Amino acid sequence: MMAVIAAAIVIQRNLFAVVVLGGIYSFLMATALVALDAVDVAMTEASVGAGISTVLLLGALHLVRGDEAKPLGRPWLPLAVSIAVGGVLVYGTLGLPAFSDPEAPIHKHVAPRYINESLKETGVPNVVTAVLASYRGYDTLGETTVVFTAGIGVIALLRQRKRKDRDRR
Amino acid sequence: MSALGHFSYWVTIFLLVAGLFIVIARGNLVKKLIGLSIFQTSVYLLYIAPGKLIGGTAPIVGTGITVYSNPLPHVLILTAIVVGIATLALGLALVVRIRESYGSVEEDEILRAEEAALRDEAT
Repeated sequence: MMAVIAAAIVIQRNLFAVVVLGGIYSFLMATALVALDAVDVAMTEASVGAGISTVLLLGALHLVRGDEAKPLGRPWLPLAVSIAVGGVLVYGTLGLPAFSDPEAPIHKHVAPRYINESLKETGVPNVVTAVLASYRGYDTLGETTVVFTAGIGVIALLRQRKRKDRDRR
Repeated sequence: MSALGHFSYWVTIFLLVAGLFIVIARGNLVKKLIGLSIFQTSVYLLYIAPGKLIGGTAPIVGTGITVYSNPLPHVLILTAIVVGIATLALGLALVVRIRESYGSVEEDEILRAEEAALRDEAT
């Protein structure tokens, strides 16, 4: 179903429809994440992916407006490149462990320690919160730095515009 | 077994290829950014899917539960989602500025305007 939505986004040229489809896509992704036991990630995806990014895109569309122009010629080269990349990746997955294999390397290292020790060490029952805030606190600090930088960038870009408007007047 | 065991990878790859195709083939800059975010969500799946254990629960410690899904990818992807929205916002701000400078968000029209400006400078 998500594949169908993704294909529709590829084909659809009305940008407003694309944005709405993008919101649907994000909710489907959140549902899939709940099914994969990633409840925290699903919450974030539903609020950030389907909420904030849809609002941002609609805001940008309001400023940009319009439909997408018809592509010039047939996109054979990009299609070939994409399919080649997909083929190589499928070949690569053949060497990976099967879905939900408890012997896979991902379940053998750091994760068991987090699951067994985090309640004792941090007192937070939600392991994801414990790892995010305690063990990997510096990651989260770096993340806020990135968001802060992006915010400054957006403000700088859009403020310049206002100043130019004032000059013109 | 093999086909079923690798199905999650293949869904991920399909989404990734769709995102890549939009980014390469479409000229509209807003559409390109949407393609980029599809690409990103495919990476979320790539990280989260291997962490799932069938019969396990979400990694919240409770009594009587022994099998948990792997919490580490969840943490990494939480960070990735937030950084992704920051990139999207910055990209959209750039698109708005480009639209004001060139009057268009289509890649080929922008390139044409750029070439015309260069030619004017040369003459």
